[in-house]
Amino acid sequence: MANNEIKYDRYRFDVVVIGAGGAGLRAAVEARQAGLRVAIICKSLFGKAHTVMAEGGAAAAMGNVNENDGWKVHFRDTMRGGKFLNNWRMAELHAKESPDRIWELETWGALFDRTKDGRISQRNFGGHEYPRLAHVGDRTGLELIRTMQQKIVAMQQKDAKEHGDAEKYLKVFAELTITEIIKDGNKVAGCYGYWRETGNEVLFEAPAVVLATGGIGKSFKITSNSWEGTGDGHALALKAGSALVDMEFVQFHPTGMVWPPSVRGILVTESVRGDGGVLTNSEGKRFMFNYIPEVFRDKYADNEAEADRWYKDQNNNRRPPELLPRDEVARAINAEVKAGRGSEHGGVYLDVSKRLPADEIKRRLPSMWHQFKELADVDITEQPMEVGPTCHYVMGGVKVDPDTTAAYGVEGLFAAGEVAGGMHGSNRLGGNSLSDLLVFGRRAGAGAADYVKKLGGKTPEASDKAIAKAHDHLNAPFTREGDENPYSLHHELQNVTQDLVGIIRTESELVDALKKLESIRERAGKVKATGGKAFNPGFHLAIDLENMLLVSESIARSALERQESRGGHTRDDYPKMDPNWRQVNHLSQWSGKAVEVEAQPAKMLPSELLELFEMDELKKYFTEKELTKGGN
Amino acid sequence: MTRKVKMRIWRGDSKNGEFKDVSVDANEGEVVLDVIHRVQGTQMPDLAVRWNCKAGKCGSCSMEINGKPRLACMTRMNSFGDDETITVTPLRAFPVIRDLVTDVSFNYKKAMEVPAFEGPEDLKPGEYRMQQVDVERSQEFRKCIECFLCQDTCHVIRDHEENKKSFAGPRFFIRIAELDMHPLDRLRNRKQKAQEEHGLGMCNITKCCTEVCPEHIKITDNAIIPMKERVVDVKYDPVRWLGSKIRKREGIN
Repeated sequence: MANNEIKYDRYRFDVVVIGAGGAGLRAAVEARQAGLRVAIICKSLFGKAHTVMAEGGAAAAMGNVNENDGWKVHFRDTMRGGKFLNNWRMAELHAKESPDRIWELETWGALFDRTKDGRISQRNFGGHEYPRLAHVGDRTGLELIRTMQQKIVAMQQKDAKEHGDAEKYLKVFAELTITEIIKDGNKVAGCYGYWRETGNEVLFEAPAVVLATGGIGKSFKITSNSWEGTGDGHALALKAGSALVDMEFVQFHPTGMVWPPSVRGILVTESVRGDGGVLTNSEGKRFMFNYIPEVFRDKYADNEAEADRWYKDQNNNRRPPELLPRDEVARAINAEVKAGRGSEHGGVYLDVSKRLPADEIKRRLPSMWHQFKELADVDITEQPMEVGPTCHYVMGGVKVDPDTTAAYGVEGLFAAGEVAGGMHGSNRLGGNSLSDLLVFGRRAGAGAADYVKKLGGKTPEASDKAIAKAHDHLNAPFTREGDENPYSLHHELQNVTQDLVGIIRTESELVDALKKLESIRERAGKVKATGGKAFNPGFHLAIDLENMLLVSESIARSALERQESRGGHTRDDYPKMDPNWRQVNHLSQWSGKAVEVEAQPAKMLPSELLELFEMDELKKYFTEKELTKGGN
Repeated sequence: MTRKVKMRIWRGDSKNGEFKDVSVDANEGEVVLDVIHRVQGTQMPDLAVRWNCKAGKCGSCSMEINGKPRLACMTRMNSFGDDETITVTPLRAFPVIRDLVTDVSFNYKKAMEVPAFEGPEDLKPGEYRMQQVDVERSQEFRKCIECFLCQDTCHVIRDHEENKKSFAGPRFFIRIAELDMHPLDRLRNRKQKAQEEHGLGMCNITKCCTEVCPEHIKITDNAIIPMKERVVDVKYDPVRWLGSKIRKREGIN
């Protein structure tokens, strides 16, 4: 098809940020402050991204509540949480820069909860040695996204005053989906997509694209993610020739709602446990004491008396095991239910009503109180909640350079936030996501800005051929033969991932999953959108489905390769963590026909970071040979 | 426990539209959005509906259910009688895009007209000190999830397109109040501006906005009325007017 027959809106920017959650907005602020013209693309309305659902807080070692905290402690906790598979440089940058990113939000108008002396309050969370999470009740994500949304508006107001046009340097494109990264040789030349409202097509010409598209939860049946979590950025990166790292690691948050069925998966914040909530089984036992793994024995209380004392005196008692990292708690709940000690509807009980007075619960956990009252007829100030694991977060993602967030293999492509991989290793600590997207969102904006400036005037160009290809791909759900229903196919996909690539995995099931995914892919090629192009959810899902398929294949294939259990990857047939596997990262790439997974050596920590740990602890994670050789 | 329910769904665009009657399954514990999704998956694949989180946190699935502005994800099916027909229509105060989806850009334009937070120049990041009791007043308003149900229900603009130009609406009155009550905001005259530029005076405190707020923000009592009272004070009290010219933190800002 000649291009003069293709109709599309055309925009030119220096940087296009795909995604308007925390990472995307922070990237946009940074790139604009560097003097560039920036487009922000939201798949939804501005301010609705999945970041609004983050509840507990943002981890930053400000030391406001316990002055012993500092970046080194935060770094250690993050590496332990991720079972040392983390990209150490990302974990280091994150621990060092988080406090500045939080403080900066205050200067943009954020109002965090306060300590008695008027500083930002910090709360306890799983895997964090000290109270570390800056928070606003249990709606911290909303505060973050609103603050940055309002910062963007403030910058636009300034531009309006100084340049006579609010959108001259910073423009928000709401309800627009990007379906293709367009390249010129190996350099990014822009991206292509469509307005959800009209179905009209859009070309963005830009030398730099930041992926900030968030997660993949909608590939699973039970998930805490909103509809946008369809792995768009993961898929865009794969198709553009970049690579995803360690996609087998998917976090199942231990506490999602389980009843009634329609709310299954909705998040119950970890703050419930941070503020004293305990987990019990159908026999009324606090079962977490039976699930403290060897590597954490010296840090967690093995009896109720000590665990209870910890809430008052953290210096002389070990932490309650309810606050183990999320992967441990999720597996424990799963095991209790399997052993027949689950709650009425197949979860376990989480009870905060005995620890705190009703008023205090409503003050500290207002959205949880409302959520259970309005959706489940449960009053959490008097009754226990029923909870169970829910797909929450993907640790794997686009392989990036830690300092600039430049994506592997494609010049001009950057990635930050959940879509990027490496930072959290095999398991993310609660609270480390909001800080991750601030730290690396800012670095992505800066990285993209530097790249564009270095390009000088030599801007890559979007060829007619590339545009025609993107156009054809976008219109395929209308033009191709077939009669598959996108909704039913999506349900099938979710069942495959949930049942065969879920919280506990085995070789035979993973092989089966890959077979089934292949057949779903075949049928996805026959998905037909009915109706027109204007705001047509069936058409939107037909497009998103391809992304979820790519991501699911990448997860299943990586999971099949890794013959051990670590963090968000548990193999029934290889139940132990194996230090030899710590030395391996899995790289997913798209061959044009399938996702191929390749093992790559994981880098050893430099000696100055290795020295932050006791040798006894390191022995649990590293081989003797590695430790004899020492850090890099 | 599954039962059949009757639904009347408005379908159409900016030009034409009509009600479509459907009969659809509803399971125990479901909300209106679940049932709309079932209609979409089984009967009307192109039915346009906006939604994101399905947990009452993002404010996307605003619509009118039996004539009342509601979040579809927080409206339980068991709140209706067994034989009751549930009628769903798009928000009335905003132009329809398609089916249940409306053009809410009015709200984003109004957001642009509210001057941003202006922090103290002499404090560096990390040096802000505020007491919990002082931030709590603004925090109540920052719970807003921007579902725009308050805007939709407000009679000043619900049936009066002509008022939209000079009226920001309850959502932005709480935004102004939030900044006004922020312990460290430096900008003066936020309340007067609310009165003079954002149409605060047009509100006659019928509290419809408070009633529909899914976050239970006391929009009228805690934001609109206090601002109205202080605006009246400063307009008619020459001493306070003078005081306000001299120091921001005394009397009225």
